[in-house]
Amino acid sequence: MSSDSEIKIKAGIRPGAQSGLKTRTIKVDYLARVEGEGSLYIRTKGQEIEEVQFKIFEPPRYFEALLRGRDLTEACDITSRICGICPIAYQMSAVQAMESALGIELTNEICELRRLIFCGEWIESHTLHVYMLHAPDFLGFEDAITMAKKYPKVVSQGLQLKKIGNDLMKLVGGREIHPINVKVGGFYKLPDPSQLRKMLEPLKQARDIAAETVRFVANLEFPDFERDYEFVSFFHPKEYPINSGRIISNRGLDIEVPSYLDHFQELHVARSNALHSVLKERGEYLVGPLARYFHNEARLPENVRECARDINFEVKDCRNPFKSIIVRSLEILFACEESLRIIEAYSARGPAFVNYEVKAGIGHGCTEAPRGLLYHRYEIGSDGKIKEAKIIPPTSQNQKTIESDLFEVVRHYFSSSENELRHRCEQTVRNYDPCISCATHFLKIEREDANP
Amino acid sequence: MRKKSSQARNNRAKIKPKLAVWKFASCDGCQLSLLDCEDELLGIAEIIEIANFAEASRHVLPGPYDLSLVEGSITTSHDADRIKDVRNQSRHLVTIGACATSGGVQALRNYAREEEYRKYVYAQPDYISALATSTPISNHVKVDFELQGCPINKTQLLEVISAFLHGRKPNINSYSECVDCKLDGNVCVMVAHGTPCLGPITHAGCGSICPRFNRGCYGCYGPQDSSNPRALGDWMVSMKRASPDFVSRSLQTYYTGNKTFHEASEDFQKNREKAEALGETESLVGRDTDREDTNRKDT
Repeated sequence: MSSDSEIKIKAGIRPGAQSGLKTRTIKVDYLARVEGEGSLYIRTKGQEIEEVQFKIFEPPRYFEALLRGRDLTEACDITSRICGICPIAYQMSAVQAMESALGIELTNEICELRRLIFCGEWIESHTLHVYMLHAPDFLGFEDAITMAKKYPKVVSQGLQLKKIGNDLMKLVGGREIHPINVKVGGFYKLPDPSQLRKMLEPLKQARDIAAETVRFVANLEFPDFERDYEFVSFFHPKEYPINSGRIISNRGLDIEVPSYLDHFQELHVARSNALHSVLKERGEYLVGPLARYFHNEARLPENVRECARDINFEVKDCRNPFKSIIVRSLEILFACEESLRIIEAYSARGPAFVNYEVKAGIGHGCTEAPRGLLYHRYEIGSDGKIKEAKIIPPTSQNQKTIESDLFEVVRHYFSSSENELRHRCEQTVRNYDPCISCATHFLKIEREDANP
Repeated sequence: MRKKSSQARNNRAKIKPKLAVWKFASCDGCQLSLLDCEDELLGIAEIIEIANFAEASRHVLPGPYDLSLVEGSITTSHDADRIKDVRNQSRHLVTIGACATSGGVQALRNYAREEEYRKYVYAQPDYISALATSTPISNHVKVDFELQGCPINKTQLLEVISAFLHGRKPNINSYSECVDCKLDGNVCVMVAHGTPCLGPITHAGCGSICPRFNRGCYGCYGPQDSSNPRALGDWMVSMKRASPDFVSRSLQTYYTGNKTFHEASEDFQKNREKAEALGETESLVGRDTDREDTNRKDT
């Protein structure tokens, strides 16, 4: 895990090979509408792209280092402070890692409640991205607030949807940012079933808004752009995966969570605060909604699949990263549906948590954060204190893929105006909803032209 | 007459106050609190010009700004320079959250060797440049108001924005968490269940959620205005409610950059070492974590 990162992609042209070319520079010094700080630098010479750098300059906070010596019960709340947008993903990966180290068996009720609060986070995080960070790109607005002037109903519905996700997190977790109810072994307190039932009506409204969202985003204009990605996500035979599954890819990867580090490694790129995660065998890969949908579409509830059929969205469309906004919207619809199912069946039988004995061990935890797989590994001593910690967030796993996308986008829009090219590049980064606070990573386009 | 007032209104509408939101080392959670004001956001945008808020908009207006909200702590020399620039462009500067007001959980590096931390996380530590400490904004520039919390309370954030735009003092209670907890009618978790709780020394504002969920307050809103962590810690240890180590760790988390919390934390660490050396294990009895909780029927 880290923070300032700079990537370079060489395009096989020696600097200075073509003398007499003029340099033109396009700068975006602060990439907007992403979580955190990043920039982009692209240099072209004549018809060749010489260099692409996506830079993350989020200052490092050294979470893995400061976790050492803390009690195993503390990792959940401390790591949630890595990201205010997806704290539940951090809490869940952390408690699962501890539970695997200690051999704790959870009750079905606890597992379902954890899935429920995670659905709240998917609704809140995806809706924030779809309406406030991503849609303005497609419609040519600077932000959701100016977008609201032309699309008042759409934006206010989006805000309502986001609020319902937050309300759900609040009800189960105590608050929407850094919830306080998750602990190793379960929860501090089970939510009251009658209180949760009060969410049924709002969630039914949320389901309607989510279905409208899918129809709305399906009508946006998408660039004709596809890449052959290696999609990496959880696979689960019975459900659309959030908290558990095997890690698979469309190129033959099929592993259990504990073998994660045998197949993936983090590289530290020069002059960089973010580590890149790559597959040891094949390099870059993609995590997140596109990968999850690609592998698990068949396990979505029937009405979500029907909604996808209505807009003619197919699994192969996941190869167009700009269409991630459609998949996010379908996942919001799924999360509403799933929340309704869990609440309907919930009876607070208890217990709120499972008691356990402390022992030394190594634990791995992995969950599907809204942005993709989030892996934690801890080594615990016999006194319950953390000896070693490793955290691999989704954005550092997507970073190489984001750069390759940028490379292709620059090639694709080579003859466009600088403004359009810059905007397309920004949008390409935003396709991934990068959480730069997590990955610890901006847009400067420099072109060299043959025109005197 | 009526015409005149509508004209005055129009004039006011033309010069909306300018708000800027800045990020330093943080998790984005506190600025997200503003986007989490779903019911109020569009209304806020009617009366305030959101002039610079990178997380929400590409639209950037140049300063000066009437109000700057600052999230995050200072951890790099670049940021130490940037905050001075932010201050120069801001009529009022308000810091939001534990990172900006106290250095955040990343201030744990202040008591360790930053170089060792860097080596642990990064394969190429030379690529990383960071300061040895994580410090609050007030260590670097004049701050007009500090809003505590990890994360901040969004209702309080709206109150602070409103207060500064109307030129009044924000109405934020600085008393202890216990006051709100009792007003909410919660059963005291320390008295009723023996659960260690930092409520008495912690700043109110979260809505006393932890006790409502059968959990002791873990101090994420930082110290209240007359905090005495030593007294609370001594009491919890003597009543066997908590081990010295537990007290020490609790004080050394989200507000570890706070002097009062940190000095008390070190005292309890010394007490533990002294008792261990003398073999007085009796004084070390007490909960060490929330692991010793039992499943109560009321959950």
